Amino acid sequence: MTDFHIRETEEARQRIIAVDGTLRRTTNRAHARLLLMGAVFTACCLAVVLRLSELAILKHVDAPDHVAASVEPPHSGRADIVDRNGDLMATSLQTASLYADPAKVLDSKEAAKKLVGVFPELTYGEVLQKLQSDERFVWIKRDITPKQEYQVQLLGLPGLDYRTSETRIYPFGAGAVHVLGFTDVDGKGMAGIERSFNGVLAQGGKPLQLSIDMRIQHIMRRELAQAVSDFNGIGGCGIVMDVHTGEILSMVSLPDFDPHDAGNAPPDARFNRDTLGVYEMGSTFKVFNTAMALDSGKVKLTDSFDVDHPYHVGKFTIKDFERTKPWLTVPEIFAYSSNIGSLQEALVVGTETQQRFLASLGLTHASPIELPEIGAPLAPHPWTRVNTMTIAFGHGMSVSPIQLTGVSAIIDGGILHKPTLIKQTPDMVQAGTRVISPETSDLMKRLMRLQVVEGTGKNANVAGYLVGGKTGTAEKVDHGHYGKKALLSSFVGVFPMTDPKYLVLAMVDEPKPNAHSAGFATGGWVSAPPVGRVISQIGPLLNMDPLDETSPEVTEAMALETDGKVHRVNLATTE
Amino acid sequence: MMPGFSRTDHSLLGRWWWTVDRWTLAALAVLIGLGLFLVAAASPAVAERIHLSSYFFVIHQAILLVPSIGLIIGISLMSPKGVRRLAMVMLLGTLAALVLTPLIGTEIKGARRWIQIGSLSLQPSEFLKPAFAVVCGWIFSRRHIIGYAAYAIATGLYLVVALLLLLQPDLGQTVVITSIWLGEFFIAGLPLVLMAGLGVCGVCGLVGAYFIFPHVQSRIDRFLNPASGDTYQIDRSIEAFANGGVFGTGPGQGKIKYLLPDAHADFIFAVAGEELGLIATVFIVCLFAFIVLRGFSRLRSESDLFVTLAASGLLLQFGLQAMIHMGSSLHLLPAKGMTLPFISYGGSSLLALGIGTGMMLALTRRRFSPHEQRNVFQGLAR
Repeated sequence: MTDFHIRETEEARQRIIAVDGTLRRTTNRAHARLLLMGAVFTACCLAVVLRLSELAILKHVDAPDHVAASVEPPHSGRADIVDRNGDLMATSLQTASLYADPAKVLDSKEAAKKLVGVFPELTYGEVLQKLQSDERFVWIKRDITPKQEYQVQLLGLPGLDYRTSETRIYPFGAGAVHVLGFTDVDGKGMAGIERSFNGVLAQGGKPLQLSIDMRIQHIMRRELAQAVSDFNGIGGCGIVMDVHTGEILSMVSLPDFDPHDAGNAPPDARFNRDTLGVYEMGSTFKVFNTAMALDSGKVKLTDSFDVDHPYHVGKFTIKDFERTKPWLTVPEIFAYSSNIGSLQEALVVGTETQQRFLASLGLTHASPIELPEIGAPLAPHPWTRVNTMTIAFGHGMSVSPIQLTGVSAIIDGGILHKPTLIKQTPDMVQAGTRVISPETSDLMKRLMRLQVVEGTGKNANVAGYLVGGKTGTAEKVDHGHYGKKALLSSFVGVFPMTDPKYLVLAMVDEPKPNAHSAGFATGGWVSAPPVGRVISQIGPLLNMDPLDETSPEVTEAMALETDGKVHRVNLATTE
Repeated sequence: MMPGFSRTDHSLLGRWWWTVDRWTLAALAVLIGLGLFLVAAASPAVAERIHLSSYFFVIHQAILLVPSIGLIIGISLMSPKGVRRLAMVMLLGTLAALVLTPLIGTEIKGARRWIQIGSLSLQPSEFLKPAFAVVCGWIFSRRHIIGYAAYAIATGLYLVVALLLLLQPDLGQTVVITSIWLGEFFIAGLPLVLMAGLGVCGVCGLVGAYFIFPHVQSRIDRFLNPASGDTYQIDRSIEAFANGGVFGTGPGQGKIKYLLPDAHADFIFAVAGEELGLIATVFIVCLFAFIVLRGFSRLRSESDLFVTLAASGLLLQFGLQAMIHMGSSLHLLPAKGMTLPFISYGGSSLLALGIGTGMMLALTRRRFSPHEQRNVFQGLAR
């Protein structure tokens, strides 16, 4: 081994050691830096996990909200409305509505074509126009079905999305539409209970329970529709009321409409004849007139009036519909519905008393019923002697049919209960206000029963339910003239007269005589029959046992004792 | 897995089984299984929309998994030297392909990134990433022999690759390649001052890309200000995670796959989030973290600098790709089409990942004689 070799080997070893040292240092540094990289990677993973948790748990979806800002999603969970038995009358369902962001739609023509395939009721041009608009939000179709939503998803078109919104559903359709009303697309109550209780309903929570009984509502609607169609009327209305509490069990106005499509309903169908319409009621007002006369003490049951001659007042001539006898007693005037007799009774009582009495019955003010569609009554001003005479038989003053439920006060011991659409719990029932004495009320029950047994209301009689009532046939004012052709035929009935519980009212607007009505379209022919049919069906539903009309108790309660004494009243002496 | 091999089994497979990192292998197996499951959940909706048979993507993915798993195991049997040679050949091949793609490539969705070979369209840039990671690591590891020239050569190679990728244009892959190069440079010992300087360059590069490439510009605009344009995909993706909640809507019950054209690829993480929920997505994140961090930790006891650099480059690529995919679908990063390793559908991606993962497993195998180092001594001593 030479020196050279030794030196070379030694140098090589030194180099190796040097390189080895550098390498070792480099490797050690590399290991330290790997640790740092691992830490950075761990931090990235943590960031991902945090973001995942934010989205999955907190649901902080920071999607652009320029769309959300423009359309506030409707308040969810509008309260249900149920009837007195808890049956669902109105509820809210979550439905999807399809919208588009035209800026995100790639091929508007293709998209429009495909969308029309799913919604054949839309036209291609209309959809295309929407998809090509400059807006960032256009509705394509509101309230689509889950199946349609699925079909749209299958199209795979970008730029389309859904907004879930609430749709108001009325399981009975048009069945109680004039009570319930309807909501607009944003869930805001636009009519009926939906409107008057909009604030309460919008808060959600417990259902609102109405006084309506949908079974009775259905019966009333069917029978009223039958009467309207039998006599070819332009409409009608009907009410069933609990006379002790003022609760409305049924309220129907025809024609009616589908609340799900209220926008397309004609104005006449949306018109609530029960509360918004005000009419001259005609002879049904004689219930009030007779009660007023008897309660005043100035007219006795045995008094009789001269009805032999038409009564001339200014340019009007007041006649009776049917001539019977020259002199009629108070019960006879009521039973035969004599206008001449009635106006004389009113004249005996006087204008001031009449005004006060009708006001006490609430007939001069708008009805307090919980609906926004209320027609204010039309009372004469000034209230002259002529008005007193015509109002006696229901002309010259217009009230809404719901105000006619004031009849309930006349037969329920003289206590007036305000009509209500909200179910009354025993502690809620109003005390009521007295309008006539119990004695007068007792007499009125007998008179109204007599009207059905002997008078014009025979068609309303139902065996076992002791119906009492009063017919009315008013001539509608047509451009300031009373014309015989346009009538308003009504019947207000109460049963059972021994202990009145329910009031049933029916009215047909502009009935025409038919083949079976002997040329008549009067209340007795037109509106008494549906009231009778309704009572015969709802009596059993309301758990009312039929009474034996021939039993001594019943005949006793319904007897009118005049002892054969008749006292002829000469108006000249009374004034 | 396979039945155990006896520790005294000195056959090729026996040695492999006892030296390969079996925990990483298990994590990869879970990842692959989860991936197939998610592709099965997400892709039928996509396939039906583009009028393919419902299970087209599922069957394709399953078929491609066979060679992919074969590549993982086959390549992990190699020695570090074999890995280096394979990477070298692959790098040359993919660079040639990259040059050719603008000429013979098929254009898909506005970019020429694919080369059609039979029924398979291959994306050269996918194969470039693992090859670059290994070769770049090897060059960096030569520093103690050739001095700073090693840095210059590695940087030169990086610049060529980056330029070719930007010509495609493929900014996403450029970002990955840049990260591999920077990461390896950092581990190799780049002074921190220079590191900061390069960081500034990187930012400048991105700003440059913002002004040069209109599609990059629009994506970054949309990331910074969602109202400025179409954020349809990212909106749907975010909604999917929120919709899934903690437990998910249940497999098959999600709806994002009906809304996004790339639900089975670039947005598969959102499908996982919607159908399997937070628990599963966190599990997926943990799987990726486990593989990467375990790899790093094993490398800390590795005495061979080349192995350390190459393997950490591969791990970086794997982890970064996962992070970009997840970050994009969570709106933490601008929208970037990036597959989630082994979970997204994608032929090129699966095969390239098979190669990359195989290399990574090969490099992290326990070796008892750092042969590269021995070669160094032999070379110097001669």
